[in-house]
Amino acid sequence: MTTNSGTAEVSKEPDRAEDRQGIDEITILWISEGMSCDGDTVSLTAADQPSIEDLVLGLIPGLPKVNLVNKVLSPSLGGEDFLAPYRAAVRGELAPFILVIEGSVPNQNIIEGDGYWTSFGNDPETGEPQPLNWWIDQLAPKAWAVVAAGTCATFGGIHAMSGNPTGCMGLADYLGWDYTSQGGLPIVNVPGCPIQPENFMETLVWVLYHAAGSAPPPPLDHMLRPQWLFGKTVHEGCDRGSYYEQASFAKDYNSPKCLVKTGCWGPVVNCNVPKRGWMAGIGGCPNVGGICIGCTMPGFPDAFMPFMDEPPGSTLSSMVIKPYGSVIRRLRGVTNELVNHEPRWRHNKRKLTSGYDPHWRSS
Amino acid sequence: MTTTEARPTERKPPQLVDMSWDPITRIIGNLGIYTKIDFANREVVECHSTSSLFRGYSVFMKGKDPRDAGFITSRICGICGDNHTTCSDYAQQMAYGVKPPPLAEHIVNLGEAAEYIFDHTIFQDNLVFVDFCEAMVKATTPSVLARAERTEAPRGETHGYRTIADIMRAFNPFEGEVYKEALKVSRITREMFCLMEGRHVHPSTLYPGGVGTMPQPTAFTDYLSRLMRVIDFVKKSVAMNDDVFDFFYEAMPGYEEVGRRRTLLGCWGAFQNPATVDYRYETMNSWGKDMYVTPGIIVDGELVTNNLVDINLGLRIMLGSSYYEDWVNESPFVTHDPLGNPVDMRHPWNQTTVPVPQKRDFDDKYSWVMSPRWYDKRTDAHLALDTGGGPLARLWSTALSGIVDTPYVKSTGHSVRISLPKGESLPETTLEWRIPKWSNTIERDRARPYFVAYAAAMALQFLEEAMGMVRAGETKVFENYEVPDEAIGCGFHEAVRGVLSHHLVIKDKKIANYHPYPPTPWNASPRDIYGTPGPYEDAVQGQPIFEENGPDEFKGVDIMRTVRSFDPCLPCGVHMYVGKGKTLTTLHSPTYGANHG
Repeated sequence: MTTNSGTAEVSKEPDRAEDRQGIDEITILWISEGMSCDGDTVSLTAADQPSIEDLVLGLIPGLPKVNLVNKVLSPSLGGEDFLAPYRAAVRGELAPFILVIEGSVPNQNIIEGDGYWTSFGNDPETGEPQPLNWWIDQLAPKAWAVVAAGTCATFGGIHAMSGNPTGCMGLADYLGWDYTSQGGLPIVNVPGCPIQPENFMETLVWVLYHAAGSAPPPPLDHMLRPQWLFGKTVHEGCDRGSYYEQASFAKDYNSPKCLVKTGCWGPVVNCNVPKRGWMAGIGGCPNVGGICIGCTMPGFPDAFMPFMDEPPGSTLSSMVIKPYGSVIRRLRGVTNELVNHEPRWRHNKRKLTSGYDPHWRSS
Repeated sequence: MTTTEARPTERKPPQLVDMSWDPITRIIGNLGIYTKIDFANREVVECHSTSSLFRGYSVFMKGKDPRDAGFITSRICGICGDNHTTCSDYAQQMAYGVKPPPLAEHIVNLGEAAEYIFDHTIFQDNLVFVDFCEAMVKATTPSVLARAERTEAPRGETHGYRTIADIMRAFNPFEGEVYKEALKVSRITREMFCLMEGRHVHPSTLYPGGVGTMPQPTAFTDYLSRLMRVIDFVKKSVAMNDDVFDFFYEAMPGYEEVGRRRTLLGCWGAFQNPATVDYRYETMNSWGKDMYVTPGIIVDGELVTNNLVDINLGLRIMLGSSYYEDWVNESPFVTHDPLGNPVDMRHPWNQTTVPVPQKRDFDDKYSWVMSPRWYDKRTDAHLALDTGGGPLARLWSTALSGIVDTPYVKSTGHSVRISLPKGESLPETTLEWRIPKWSNTIERDRARPYFVAYAAAMALQFLEEAMGMVRAGETKVFENYEVPDEAIGCGFHEAVRGVLSHHLVIKDKKIANYHPYPPTPWNASPRDIYGTPGPYEDAVQGQPIFEENGPDEFKGVDIMRTVRSFDPCLPCGVHMYVGKGKTLTTLHSPTYGANHG
């Protein structure tokens, strides 16, 4: 316990290098040329707490200066002008940087002969497209931190479903789950298809506070997900959870009740979206009528398909809860009826019947 | 020849320089543009467009439950995934023979309207307009900026900026007033989207057969109040864009040639009419014409057809420069459509995708994008249609058909009138988009804010009708069905950047074949088997160069304006090398490019 708030007088900006071993300026090298849809970048622009412009304009106190390099948002016209910082990082001339990967990582080893599944710029020597895998191989060992944005980059996602031709995987599958960055961090996985905007920004900002030297590394679980975001299930934060407890199940999508019989996997999926909403508390999934298809999970999508059928496990749990839930529902109905009546002493007659007694004392 | 004819000019001996931009920034996905530029005659003489991403949706969807298609295909695109889900649900509804309740259609239309408003806003103001902002104009055509400083903005009363240069300054990235406001507006409009479709960009509440969105009065109240909060921003955007684009024509005579190509536009229609749509193929012509954005194919300014059945039957997926094996020797999935018309082997229903990764060779195979074309029976030509970036084709097609007649939007046969109600600071406003003289870069960009207004106006009508239904107790939003053993379906819709169709074949209750055709393959396609270039290639090839920098400092802004005017979105479906990179940001501001310190 300390009474030192850590703030300094405005006139005395602490000399950071002496006060704490922090980083003053850091570049975010974002590569969405994994097999992605760019949906995580687009989602990032939806965040308001904080927003991406807050971050790059330095409006969040205590963070290093952030240089964001992202293809979708870059004012550069593209090509080598845009690639310059990536090339500098490969040469070891740009440090420190945070590498953000968006999209699944394909398996180049299954290609016989020439070709590539996804590329990012060209090889200056040959003029041929430079596969994404080359960039990861070059940049991951030099990165101060590595962040995987979205389920494709964290676990493989949609493009890695059964029958896929590209053999793609998540970043940790590619680099190894025991990968450690220059800053001593494991890969930071922020799953979601796409990322919930504020989940991602909050995690990134935590990593940046850590870079500045004012916070420990973000706490991650065994799948390298931020614990405070993915430690609970959808069901535990769902508006419709109480319908489940009363065994009130929707038979189709017209109903405001629990969706577990119509395909919702919420009870077993690690995600905070029903609690947090999608943007500014609005939207989400089962709380607003969309079945949870498990899009934040390592098993996504195959473990949850066909999406619109009842998950096998819920057949048993909903059967067990039925007798309890239906009794409870009826009892609550009775009580609800009772408390829907006003007491008898509220009337406009000539006699007060509230039990008023000015001389009442407890004996 | 379906390409655009070159302009006759007096030629000097050419001074050719290879220039390429790869990856292209401020778009969605992997795109490279490779050109040969003649600096002596100041024009682009050759252009190839390439995409360097393959994921294989049509491959891994085979054998899956068809009801999963809407959830899966959303993941094709990270900015308009909902357009895919919607289109997939349209195709499934045809296959299952199910018609969602009318309120569900309204909810989908409201969600899609919010998507158009959001997506066009963030794309136009935060991505496209960086090419028109003060910093970029200063770095590429300083004389034009000097003139802009002296030019009064004619529509200043509406948008509040005195000179054209003031407008350009407002779009400077991360610092300009409008740039920042647009990001905020893009959030408010995405909240509107989430109210209807659950989340952005991959919606959670859309199902084949309807929606799961609870039609509470509150959902519509929350949507309406947000819509009214951005309505003046929409009016201002139109005025600012018109001012800047009119100025470009005036300040640089001949700018109409930038990105101009022969008018070959396609629009597949958007916003179903809940009263008449039944998703049957047999009646698709009539309910297709009832959409609140009219489908149509426009060739040289003439409406060739607005019949979705004709449009569907004319689709041809060509190869020629793409990394795939041909499928013509496979057996067809669909020989005849439900009306008995023969279906071509090159139709998406019969396509098989066999990827063959290989070296990139601009004289042979150079892209992961195939070459969709529309077969014009009249002339026996495979037309490389483009979408005009989406809005240009939608407005043009709606205007020419003269069908749409609603309280807020009216087609006149030669224009579209859009009325927006009174906002916080601006009065009730009627905008009129008129069919332009050219299909070019400026007109593609100009159409975009007009379509934002169009979508906002339609949203008002959908809201009124939906709230009327809710008040009347008509709150059903989902219709149940059985997945048939065998069926075919197709869905036609407008993704934000243009035509979108999904083609589905079901056998044994499983997906036997599924091919989505989004707008970007149409726009970004490489040369087909006949050597016909795709629209980006065609539009850039032969365009004049107005940039004042020589080959060493050349940025290619005119070329980038052309490419971005199509609203590229490559995950659904171009890269440029610039000589010496030069940063466009000022000191004391974050850096995003070459000057990495």
